[in-house]
Amino acid sequence: MQENTVSPHHFEECMKCTVCTVYCPVLQVNPLYPGPKQAGPDGERLRLKDPAFFNYALKYCMNCKRCEVACPSGVEVADLIQAARIRYDKKPPKLRDRLLASTDFMGSVARPFAPIVNTVTGLGVAKAAMDGVLKIDHRRTFPKYSGKSFEAWLKRQARAQAAFPEQVAYFHGCYVNYNYPQLGKDLVKVLNALGVGVQLLDREKCCGVALITNGMSKQAAKNARHNVAALRKAAVDGGLKVVSTSSSCTMTLRNEYPALLGVDNADVRDAVTLATRFVFEKLEQGAKLRFKAGYRKKIAYHVPCHMERLGWGVFSEKLLRMIPGVEFTLLDSACCGIAGTYGFKKENYEASQAIGEVLFNRIRAANPDVVACDCETCKWQIEMSTDYPVMNPISILAEAIE
Amino acid sequence: MRFDSVIIGGGLAGLTAGISLQQGGRSTAIVSTGQNALHFFSGCFESLQEPPQRLLDLFAGAGIRVHYEEGVRLMPLGTFRPAALALEDIDLLPAPCFAGKVLVVGFSGFQDFFPGFLADGLAKQGMACRTVQLELPELEKIRLSPSEVRSVQVARTLDRSWGRVVREVVRLLEDEDAVVLPQVFGLQDASVLKYIREGIPARVVFAGTLPPSVPGIRTQMLLKRRYEELGGTFLGGDEVVSAHVHEGVVHSVATRNLDSHRLEAGSFLLASGAYFSKGLTANPFGITEPVFGLDVEQAADRGDWYDPDFAADQPYLQFGVRTDAALHALRDGRPLANLYAIGSILGATRPEFGSGAGLAVRSAFAAVDQILKENAL
Repeated sequence: MQENTVSPHHFEECMKCTVCTVYCPVLQVNPLYPGPKQAGPDGERLRLKDPAFFNYALKYCMNCKRCEVACPSGVEVADLIQAARIRYDKKPPKLRDRLLASTDFMGSVARPFAPIVNTVTGLGVAKAAMDGVLKIDHRRTFPKYSGKSFEAWLKRQARAQAAFPEQVAYFHGCYVNYNYPQLGKDLVKVLNALGVGVQLLDREKCCGVALITNGMSKQAAKNARHNVAALRKAAVDGGLKVVSTSSSCTMTLRNEYPALLGVDNADVRDAVTLATRFVFEKLEQGAKLRFKAGYRKKIAYHVPCHMERLGWGVFSEKLLRMIPGVEFTLLDSACCGIAGTYGFKKENYEASQAIGEVLFNRIRAANPDVVACDCETCKWQIEMSTDYPVMNPISILAEAIE
Repeated sequence: MRFDSVIIGGGLAGLTAGISLQQGGRSTAIVSTGQNALHFFSGCFESLQEPPQRLLDLFAGAGIRVHYEEGVRLMPLGTFRPAALALEDIDLLPAPCFAGKVLVVGFSGFQDFFPGFLADGLAKQGMACRTVQLELPELEKIRLSPSEVRSVQVARTLDRSWGRVVREVVRLLEDEDAVVLPQVFGLQDASVLKYIREGIPARVVFAGTLPPSVPGIRTQMLLKRRYEELGGTFLGGDEVVSAHVHEGVVHSVATRNLDSHRLEAGSFLLASGAYFSKGLTANPFGITEPVFGLDVEQAADRGDWYDPDFAADQPYLQFGVRTDAALHALRDGRPLANLYAIGSILGATRPEFGSGAGLAVRSAFAAVDQILKENAL
């Protein structure tokens, strides 16, 4: 980038080419959003002169980061927009946004009462109440909570896991812990098959991706400092790789902590990796997996937006293509529209579904047995909006091996 | 990760090479630093005056229709340029005076298209012109953000409601025998162009808008889709940051996103563009190629880089990476055995390949032939 003057998030590198505006999913459906160029580098020049130029419509940015992937000049457009929200948006977040963003708090409260919570959130009357009172759209399907946490399950396995010659730490995230422990179990199966044991971090907290976009950056920074300390203990002191099965958690731990929250992760960043990348590299180094004979599956792979930004979709793709008996289609890259908590909000529901329609149609055209994708919220959105089940590539791998 | 070839740059040159190599049975990856000059593509292969069958086949395979007819094309400000090979959006006209009377149609709120200038230009060629601004209710929604009423946003809306444009133009048409419309149609599917031409009982000519280019973006999407269908690996939004070169051979490259995971290949193609895409970078002391440190042909004295006449052909646009006859890039005067430079990074150093889109496609084909010959399967 610039050699002599360095502007925050490289905003001075913007040459006004407008390419980012072509790829912004929100701009295509919501005319109230000023678009990435106006909200990002153009607006930044004005905000630097006078914070009064801050525009509250920046809240419509989903932080999908497709503008950054498209920018030919290396401007971190979405970071600029989120940084401006952190800096200038002084309105306290609404109760609804606090609830949606606090994925680990909600998980720990809901988990012990999972059967009741799951029944209630599925009821029309409860949905109507949430819609009316909280402005959480009634048409949304809520993720189910699991009665047993993944952490509790893995703790019972601790001794067996410690017996493996090689070890990794697993940043499981809120989704695996509270909603879908099966994905964590699938990862343990795959890594064990490669001779790798799985440990927990010393008490992880939510990565904070939803806190950032919901105006709770102080809480996000607190979580970030806690997590970096836990990662340091595993990666620097313990010399372990830290794997994650979520593309958004991975991107947040690696990129958002220093870029948006001012939390230095330089000594742990390289150790944080995505499970599919870890497995791919193991196989590349000569490790072998024994696949079931006669496994057949037609898979369409959707690259989540944050995976696009990480640039690591290639690892999941190559891994799935390696499985004997898999008929593989790469879905042309498009946002599913949910963007974490964004699509749950009543004011965003229509936009969210309109954005996703391009992807849904591509999935219908591919007509796979299963859609593969590394993001939990994409899974909710695709399963709610199409008739196709969605599996993490790690779960597919776990299903395909002996 | 290992491929037969790694291509640095995902624009017209890189995608042409990638598609051709995949078709030749090779495994390839494209590393693309953001989007590329296809977003500013005029739709016309200016320096390609012959219709190479190979280009037509490659584009047809991707679902892109290209046509050939020697003539002129209408420029966005009402002037004309010689043209022969172009996307179907571009009308190849036998002569600048292509009609008796012309209706020039703009859309209210869309300021990146200039009916007034077009009408003046056409009048100079002896054509009587009338300009109209259509009030389209469909565009009212996007006009809530007036700064965002750009070609692509308009095209997205009109992809759903081009039929109303046809009806409105038919209603407004008096004794004109030609209609000029902005290039804001068929972003997803170019068939719309055909329906519009059939629906209006006059010659329809589409004229360019300010960027981004709708025909160019469609071309980019279709070429990338074709490349991925053929099994190519497209690493978008990534950037090659360093290369491992040993004894004149490139062994691997490192990218920003893949950090320690290097991309290895038997051959490498450098299609990283010129200054806009940072394939070439300029500082006060010279012009450099940042990835490999290749030799760049340039005027030694910085005073000779520019012509003070802004509209003149600027000397710095002629500068480019030095290559041998087979397009191997030179470093310290010697060719790197498996690195090929293609596309606009060559500047005007290889005039036999032409310039612009013609240079991109022809140099890509030449390098691909060389690779397929040198490394027969």
